[in-house]
Amino acid sequence: MGRYVARRLLQMIPVFLGSTALVFAMMYALPGDPVRALAGEQAVDPTQIAEMKKELGLDLPLWHQYWNYLVNLFQGDFGTQIASGRPVADIISEAFPITVRLALFAFIFTVVVGISMGVFAGLKADTLRDRGLLVLTLLLISVPSFVLGFLGQYFFAFQLGWVEPNVSLEATSSELILPAVVLGSLSLAYVARLTRTSVAENLRSDYMRTAVAKGLPRRRIVGVHLMRNSLIPVVTFLGTDLGALLGGAVVTEGIFNVKGVGYNVFDALRHREGATVVGIVTLIVVVYLVASLVVDLLYAVLDPRIRYA
Amino acid sequence: MRGAKSAKWVAGAAIIALAATACGGGDSDDSSNASKEKGKPAGYVSIDVGEPQKPLIPADTNESLGSYVIQSLFTQLLDFDADGNIVYTNAESVKSTDNKTWTVKLKSGWKFHDGTPVTSESYIKAWNWYANSKNAQQNAFWFEDIKGYADVHPEKGDPKGTEMSGLKAVDDTTFTIELNNAVPYYEYKLGYTTFAPLPEVFYKDTKAFGQAPVGNGPYIFEKWDHKKLIQVKANPDYQGPNKAKNKGVLFKNYATVEAAYQDLLSGNLDMIRQVGPKDLPKYKTDLGDRAIDEPYAAIQSIVPTFYSKTFKDIDPKVLQGLSMGIDRDTITKTVLNGTRKPATSFTPPGVAGNQDLGTDVFKFDAAKAKQLVTEGGGVPDNKIWIQYNADGGHKEWVTAVCESIRNSTGVDCVPDAKPDFQTDLEARDNDQVKSMYRGGWVADYPVNVNFMRELYGTTAEANNGRFSDKEVDAAFKKGDNAKTLDESIKAYQDAEKLLLEKMPAIPLWEYKTNGGYSKAVDNVTIDFHGDYNITEVTVNK
Repeated sequence: MGRYVARRLLQMIPVFLGSTALVFAMMYALPGDPVRALAGEQAVDPTQIAEMKKELGLDLPLWHQYWNYLVNLFQGDFGTQIASGRPVADIISEAFPITVRLALFAFIFTVVVGISMGVFAGLKADTLRDRGLLVLTLLLISVPSFVLGFLGQYFFAFQLGWVEPNVSLEATSSELILPAVVLGSLSLAYVARLTRTSVAENLRSDYMRTAVAKGLPRRRIVGVHLMRNSLIPVVTFLGTDLGALLGGAVVTEGIFNVKGVGYNVFDALRHREGATVVGIVTLIVVVYLVASLVVDLLYAVLDPRIRYA
Repeated sequence: MRGAKSAKWVAGAAIIALAATACGGGDSDDSSNASKEKGKPAGYVSIDVGEPQKPLIPADTNESLGSYVIQSLFTQLLDFDADGNIVYTNAESVKSTDNKTWTVKLKSGWKFHDGTPVTSESYIKAWNWYANSKNAQQNAFWFEDIKGYADVHPEKGDPKGTEMSGLKAVDDTTFTIELNNAVPYYEYKLGYTTFAPLPEVFYKDTKAFGQAPVGNGPYIFEKWDHKKLIQVKANPDYQGPNKAKNKGVLFKNYATVEAAYQDLLSGNLDMIRQVGPKDLPKYKTDLGDRAIDEPYAAIQSIVPTFYSKTFKDIDPKVLQGLSMGIDRDTITKTVLNGTRKPATSFTPPGVAGNQDLGTDVFKFDAAKAKQLVTEGGGVPDNKIWIQYNADGGHKEWVTAVCESIRNSTGVDCVPDAKPDFQTDLEARDNDQVKSMYRGGWVADYPVNVNFMRELYGTTAEANNGRFSDKEVDAAFKKGDNAKTLDESIKAYQDAEKLLLEKMPAIPLWEYKTNGGYSKAVDNVTIDFHGDYNITEVTVNK
């Protein structure tokens, strides 16, 4: 087990290098010059632009820029934004906590509500309540999140007055609930459907029949025997979903005016702030890697037949 | 039973987390009842002004978000009223007998926010610093009229000196500006935000200053929560005519215009600068009297690139024809939801010298349009492109303009989208525009000169269409050499008539500010830039 974890951690290094290099190259390949764009439609002075680029190291070849970036990164320096001159580390440390909270709420919502809905429907497959769930999840999957966001805003903020339409600067936990529900509802639908199918399938398996025949209480049959096996595909999905929640919050953060990762990535992309984009994406990559490691380790807990050397 | 235990633990943790958030919810709901807009001190007003792109240094800011904040913190020599007339702020007077040497007299007793006096030296030293190419200020070129500019900002290499010979202090409150050439309208240029003075503290640490500026304006800097808000408070000792009538301002950053609009409706924001397309059809019903719909001094045009295959050596008649083939009335009403007003000349109203050209070149007439294009010999391959940036909400109207041109003149017109403004600008700078690009220009100073000389002069830096015409250059020169401001404006009015024959661009429409304000504030007006006069806004009790 320990060796397995160590090996997995070592594997993260090439993935980390590869993904940062890729994002770096992609930012480089994008047309549009961030330094030139500062001037907008006004006239520009080419020597001045050249001077600024030289100062920022943007005149170097791509490999050299990437090398400089890595060297700085290992010294804990995420680089500096071109326009504002602020350290990227500041931007990340402001943006991440709020998105992590948002993603965590969304994640908890997905897990709790999604799995319960799935079990609820899966235990009585092909009944009215199962069909009802299928229709509901189909709706959630097919409605784009911005529609859901605006609808939520309209009903809960303007019609019912339960919440403010936007998340304020403090971003209190209560304000984050509505955006989190909107953000989590797509994965919720997938989790519910996965659980439902898995549960419905495992209900018919031999070990379930054995458990029932042994006369075990129903709570134990469902809670331990059934759930353990049914949750494996769900956990796989949830693991990758956590990373997606972090990165995919662009639309939701935009609608509810949350100043998190999604908003900052979008903003940085628009202004071609390469260092900011690479920095944030790198952290999301790390979250992904860690989440998938945790998922793999959870398999062993759920199914003791899976063992790691 | 390891599995069962873990599962229980996970469920337990989730329940605790939910319970914790529920508690948090209850608490903050109570506090929000006390004051509607969270974190806003009493008497302050709030407006959606996003994060300035750059640190807050007057000569390094030329986008509207940053200049909003700069204008609140700094006061230049003079400013303009809603009609574009000069109002002296920090200057007592600005005078010249020959339009070449200008004498500035400052009002005495003015102080920066740190208590140091505003003197002639505050201006001279700041301008020299701004102009110096070493300091790489975005707006350095604004000082190029001043004698000695080439010493501090040579075209190549390091500057020879640190001072422009044209700036001289006479005494503490008087200084002279000597220009390279006579510029009759130079006084107007001085109203641009770039000409702000700087206190001594600036030179000690320019970086720190950019994050917490010390100005001489109606407001004092309080704090800057990056990407969230900038807060300024009213300056009680301010002596200018534009003293703040509120206690302070929150410049709040919103991720989208829609989000800002939602906050305006729910009372969490006092003023919105621009209503988004989604809410435009209903914002007047939502806001009633508090909706703002006013034109300002800016114009949108489509600009032919005279190096392109399409428009090289083009007969202006073709361009006039294309212009007449655009149904401006219908497009502004429908596609643009009435947020623009069809253009009638190369200059917008609100600038001195704006005139009615008395022409039908800007009026829709399909038959005449087709006739003119044919007479002019048409365009190669009978096809034109209009380049625009897809990130700025231009797609709809460019498509409509193309449709209109195609239907009326038979010339095939294709919208040429660039993914964003950067890419669009790059193509313009490198002379890679296929045939036309979307141009927009907001007045830097409210004189008609600003909409011609800066855009269509052969050597003008913002002339990305590479329009070059000796007669037009001569006409501009005549205006620049005029003895008085009035004569200069008049000469440029003549030049504008000449432009109509040469067609360096096809003006489409004038911009309007479509904003609004909440019940909490009153006296909301806009200036010639289309910006709110923030100092005038009062808070309702």
